[in-house]
Amino acid sequence: MTAVEPVTIPDLETIARRLRRHAIRMIAEANSGHPGGSLSAAEIVTALYFGGLLRHDPEQPDWPDRDRFILSKGHGAPILYAALAERGYFPVEELLTLRQVNSRMQGHPVLGVTPGIEASTGSLGQGLSIGIGHAIAGRLDGKQFRTFVLLGDGECQEGQVWEAAMAAPNYELDTLTVIVDNNRYQLDGAVEDIQSLAPFADKWTAFGWNVLEIDGHDMAAVVEAINKAIAHRGQPTCIIAATVKGKGVTFMENNNEFHGKAPNSEQLAVALTQLAEKD
Amino acid sequence: MPSTKFKLTIGRATREAYGDALLELGTENRDIVAIDADLAKSTYSWTFGKQYPERFFNIGIQEANMVGLATGLASSGKIPFISSFAAFVLCKGFDQLRMGAAYPRLNVKVIGSHGGISIGEDGTSQQSVEDVALACALPNFIVCIPCDEHAMREAVHAAARHDGPVYLRLGRPKAPVIHERNVAFTFGEAIRLRDGDGLTIIANGLLVGQAMLAADELAERGIEARVLDMHTVKPLDHTAVEAAARETGAIVVAEEHLHHGGLGSAVALSLAQHTPAPMEVVNLGDQYAESGKPDDLMNKYRLTSAAIVEAAERVLART
Repeated sequence: MTAVEPVTIPDLETIARRLRRHAIRMIAEANSGHPGGSLSAAEIVTALYFGGLLRHDPEQPDWPDRDRFILSKGHGAPILYAALAERGYFPVEELLTLRQVNSRMQGHPVLGVTPGIEASTGSLGQGLSIGIGHAIAGRLDGKQFRTFVLLGDGECQEGQVWEAAMAAPNYELDTLTVIVDNNRYQLDGAVEDIQSLAPFADKWTAFGWNVLEIDGHDMAAVVEAINKAIAHRGQPTCIIAATVKGKGVTFMENNNEFHGKAPNSEQLAVALTQLAEKD
Repeated sequence: MPSTKFKLTIGRATREAYGDALLELGTENRDIVAIDADLAKSTYSWTFGKQYPERFFNIGIQEANMVGLATGLASSGKIPFISSFAAFVLCKGFDQLRMGAAYPRLNVKVIGSHGGISIGEDGTSQQSVEDVALACALPNFIVCIPCDEHAMREAVHAAARHDGPVYLRLGRPKAPVIHERNVAFTFGEAIRLRDGDGLTIIANGLLVGQAMLAADELAERGIEARVLDMHTVKPLDHTAVEAAARETGAIVVAEEHLHHGGLGSAVALSLAQHTPAPMEVVNLGDQYAESGKPDDLMNKYRLTSAAIVEAAERVLART
């Protein structure tokens, strides 16, 4: 397990901006990918990997006692690859091979190909079931590891999510935490207009989850909610993180054109300026 | 050439043998975990479940979620055996099997019970006739249809020893005893039950017994048939198929499955690639069946020794 270096909220915010820059560069270089859903998840992924919350060891990706992080919304792969690279799972230079032939940076996460990836995802709706399997295995082995699953809100239209949502509280899996990147958009438009999830928090509560609702771009709130989820006993926790699709790049924010479209070179330059280090 | 005729002795159902073998495995290996989707009494996973409740999960009627759990369990070092009716676990869990077992080559054992039309009265919705095609389509999967209780026991143990995804089809009805207890069994190696040089009948599951009856019938007409129990459809025993083509010159394939994507397809491809020989099939064709008593269905849909004899006559007429 890596030593947990003390990090401040401003440190984490700086890292989140760096991960966003990586993700945008990667997608621009590949000329394909999903910027919107990577940018919306930046604080969540940063808090887990850099905030001392996820116990893991880049030197031993298969360490049996590691905490698991499953990116169920697999199209957010760039932001996760960026975090893994910055954590030392593989060289940062490898990020720019995203979506190229012979690259470990597959378009969506693939178990066994990329160090640090815990599940093959990209066919939406499957990550929570896989997370339950990990959590049950941990319980059977008497291990203390925790399992985090990041879902998209659009993804929650999949029936399998609710099969899993029904099952996890019945097994009292308090080592399991769901975080929903609730950015309110899916490929074809607004979730609300296409197949509304409302009342979303009530659904998770009714299924037996400890539900926390936060601003998913408020780093302090994200860290606090994950800590609360870790401390909660007797039931799994669902953190519904209100986010903005494309967060951090003005012309991508709430602009669903950038759900699955790469920025051109001019747009990349503007985006990188907007995401530049702050003094 | 065989001097004694095959005696069709009815033994236990392969699903019963599955339950017993899983229990044996569970006693030997603490990493064996079983999940069922509300059919545990039908698939006999309950034999394990009542003995090892802490390692048994009845997930409810949630096949997709069941496969997902197995993915997580296998990723964390467990050996999950997941069971349901073959029609449900393959059809409803297919994407989950693709993403969560086949692609990452995880150690997930998929048990599809009530394979074929011999489940009988419940009708087409419960009769799995596409499962072999679906399972064979998944890279990294071993696909196996043991024909009797003894082969099933060996197959379950072999599945646990193999590091990777395996699909085993179980049957509902009592099955004829073909093999001895402790039969030598290896995935991908056909078992020669009878030798002959007139033609080869390649069968699996319940059709193995029918193949043996058909061989005796053919012998009375002076045609000696080789019979292979081709329990593993993938990886196919190409060596046995090639030898059959070269040494007997004609092939009949018999299986309880649709025409496309089953054992017949696999053998045809093997013959065409390695040693072309005329081949005929006994299968369900390109259609679904219906409700009825198992024997009535097998007779109506021509999954019988008589149909195998006719196919033999057809194929020999082509040589």
